[in-house]
Amino acid sequence: MCSAFRQAIATLLVVVAAGAAMDVAVIRSHQVKGAARADDPRVLRVPLQSAALAATPETSSDELRVCADPNNMPFSNERGEGFENALAELVAKDLGRTVRYIWWPQRRGFIRNTLAAGKCDVVMGVPATYELAEPTRPYYRSTYVFVTRADRNLRITSFDDPRLKHLSIGIHTIGDDYNNVPPAQMLAFRGLVNNVRGYSIYGDYSKPDPPRDLIDAVARGEVDVAIAWGPLAGYFARREPVPLAVHPLQQDGGPQSPERLGLPMTFDISMAVRPGASELEAALNGVIARRKKEIAALLSRFDVPLVSSRPAREVAASRSKE
Amino acid sequence: MWFVVVSLAALSMGLASCARESSAQQQSTAQPAQPSGGAQKQPGAAQSSDAKGWPTPNVVNPMPGTEGIRTISPLPGGEWRLPNGDLANTRYSTLNQLTVENVRNLRVHSTFSTGIPRGHEGGPLIIGSTMYVVTPYPNNLIAIDLTRPGGAIKWVYQPDPSPQAVGVACCDIVNRGASYADGKIIYNLLDAHTVAVNAETGEEVWRTRVGDIHVGETVTMAPLVVKDKVIIGNSGGELGVRGRVTALDVATGKEVWSAYNTGPDADVKIGDGFKAWYPKDQGKDLGARSWPGEQWKLGGSTVWGWISYDPELDLIYYGTGNPGVWNPDLRPGDNKWSSSIIARDPDDGSARWAYQISPHDAWDYDEIMENVLVDMPFDGRMRKLLIHPGRTGFVFVLDRETGELLSATPFQPVNWATGYDLKTGKPNENPEKRTHFGRVVREICPSSTGGKEFIPSAFSPRTGLLYIPAHNTCMDYEAIEANYIAGTPYLGAEVKMYPGPGGFHGELVAWDPVNARPVWSIREKELPVYSGPLVTAGDVVFYGTMDGWFRAVNARNGQVLWQMQTGSGIVSNPVTFLGPDGKQYVAVYSGVGGWMGAVAFPSVSADDPTAALGVVGAMGVIKKHTTPGNMVYVFGL
Repeated sequence: MCSAFRQAIATLLVVVAAGAAMDVAVIRSHQVKGAARADDPRVLRVPLQSAALAATPETSSDELRVCADPNNMPFSNERGEGFENALAELVAKDLGRTVRYIWWPQRRGFIRNTLAAGKCDVVMGVPATYELAEPTRPYYRSTYVFVTRADRNLRITSFDDPRLKHLSIGIHTIGDDYNNVPPAQMLAFRGLVNNVRGYSIYGDYSKPDPPRDLIDAVARGEVDVAIAWGPLAGYFARREPVPLAVHPLQQDGGPQSPERLGLPMTFDISMAVRPGASELEAALNGVIARRKKEIAALLSRFDVPLVSSRPAREVAASRSKE
Repeated sequence: MWFVVVSLAALSMGLASCARESSAQQQSTAQPAQPSGGAQKQPGAAQSSDAKGWPTPNVVNPMPGTEGIRTISPLPGGEWRLPNGDLANTRYSTLNQLTVENVRNLRVHSTFSTGIPRGHEGGPLIIGSTMYVVTPYPNNLIAIDLTRPGGAIKWVYQPDPSPQAVGVACCDIVNRGASYADGKIIYNLLDAHTVAVNAETGEEVWRTRVGDIHVGETVTMAPLVVKDKVIIGNSGGELGVRGRVTALDVATGKEVWSAYNTGPDADVKIGDGFKAWYPKDQGKDLGARSWPGEQWKLGGSTVWGWISYDPELDLIYYGTGNPGVWNPDLRPGDNKWSSSIIARDPDDGSARWAYQISPHDAWDYDEIMENVLVDMPFDGRMRKLLIHPGRTGFVFVLDRETGELLSATPFQPVNWATGYDLKTGKPNENPEKRTHFGRVVREICPSSTGGKEFIPSAFSPRTGLLYIPAHNTCMDYEAIEANYIAGTPYLGAEVKMYPGPGGFHGELVAWDPVNARPVWSIREKELPVYSGPLVTAGDVVFYGTMDGWFRAVNARNGQVLWQMQTGSGIVSNPVTFLGPDGKQYVAVYSGVGGWMGAVAFPSVSADDPTAALGVVGAMGVIKKHTTPGNMVYVFGL
């Protein structure tokens, strides 16, 4: 039973106790048949609400409290298999601490319910220009990529590739009017809408790796090409039953290119702390500088497509402009 | 849904600039009829008050006639059995012990805490001498014995919904109420189950899964019992959920039918019996063909508001949400049946007619609002009306037999369209206010929170007026900023919301639907009105404000007769009933929350722009006025 629920019951019982003369029955529901419950092995035990309403855990200087998604490979999962899990271990070791995870799906409200609520000290990945938290220096830079079956030999690297008019294209949908992945908008600018198929980034959270469905769709031939964020695409493309090809988007500087339209396809990714946690931020920046090689090796192990980073100075400048 | 960034500075600039810009905005904004007398002589003056500091109404137009007005569904008297009192969603009670003369003596009769300080939307039911309260998540049902002094708990039913639903629900963990039928209290759980509970014993009779939380489907709406069926709609359009309504058997909970709002006619249950009034809504498979490719599969158009039922025509009516998931540039076409009103046969779900209010929505104008059903003279002859005060800022009056649009008039400042063409049923859009990715569009009115939200209005057959809980907000659609979901970076629109022209943010509007004009209104300077009014045969309107006032006003002229400060902001809908002593009482929840109200929670920072889906900008000021609560108040003489 989650602690929020316990709290609610406790509150009710206090009310009940206060009216001692009252004749009260608390009726528990029957176990539901058919519906997926917490003891169902298919269901990830995700303590969503417990973190929201439970008292904030005590901070210990021996611990690095990390908020992470329990079901979002290749970034993180409950079993610690993601590259952000590995990075958290690396960082904690360098700082002489041990990692403690606070799990929360990385969706709308993630920062609000985790870092901003004081539940943890750090999240391992956000865009370097992110405004909801205090990002560290970026530790990698990746790009959106085109994923195709290797046996098709398509080698698409640009939104202006004329074959895109006739191929079926899969993209992730973020939802929320006005909010979608940048490739969605690039396709819309070109009138490529009828052959676009959407795969919810949220997927089916009762299954492992919900956003993976888009890459699986290429493997099973449901779409000809998927346009997806590099780390996710790179990792899953190597783990499909058929060989898939991953081609980073090439920026050509043309009139409808992403950079001319102000729609970046490459992003610097940082860790993030609460605004004002400058001591920890400095410590993390130190780790990023000291452990550059190990971090690069780690990302390579997870097949994260990297593009060369802009100098940190430039990132800072663009951030202040935004 | 989408998020909004507004700093407090932008908010205060928005407020300050209202008076300065009011003349310019009057040219560009389709204003509802401006108040001509009383307190509203100066543009920018929000609301005057009397010697007690109570607000005084703006009286604008004379009262309409009431001859020939006819209600079509049994009206609530001593009990309150349905979410909005009757099947026609009038929120009108025949009780008349509380009157314009005596309501000034209203006092607190009893209070009760649910123990869960989150948004308390909806309202209680009263069956016999028991009050039933559904709490926010974890959606407990509390039975309160009204025969015991001060009220005492009879039992608490705890359904234990899956905690995973909390991470999925978009806008606080609310519940909007229950229906009573066949000895059962029937309501929805956040984890997309419907439960029926024995009203006497508190034992669960059945539980049915009506959606899948793992794909983002939740249920927050109050079900409506129609004959032997429970009608339910889903939430989660912003996550790609495909909107639908489902009918369950009251006795067993078994699904009888389910009809989608997007996709081919077979899925939407459009067949030979379907006849849309306007050519724009006629044609085969529009729910699929008005979208590119197969986008309708993630097409939103969910049903998280209210269901109405006309027992004479034997039709249910409901509104649908905005087209999900895709930004507007990606989904050229009308995107049916998003933002529409749909009439269906309750027995088999087959669609009778549909009218799309805003084709190809670009502003997140869900149209899930209540449809108030009443028969009354309109343009010289009796009509069967469906009155729909919409998020678009217009009051729509339709013929509910045919779906013909009879009038559409702004009740709040509107500029996305100048009006509606009654011949075609189409809005006369202002193309400059249409949003496109990468283009800056300023002063779109209303903002995506709409001229009103799902909070239901009330209609009195004694006054002929519709009492609308309204918001006045506009928005700027601006730059883009980096965001991050499930490890994937993207750029979202940065939208700023602020109070619209006129210097007020909320308004209770007493609207004359026949003459399409306001009769009186009471304005709130800083906060929207987020409480669904109750109107009684004593000619008293009861409603609450987000800063916690509970108010009784004269239904004919808006004069405030009584008000009391409750412990928390009110985002609920008051109900009235006869107690075991035969006296009339009024009950209301006081517990701020919901999409806009959640900004009051201490955990929501006023400078976190994604909080509460980003309405923080327009709502940051709420922290000055209220804190969370969880009280049920019962008032009597």
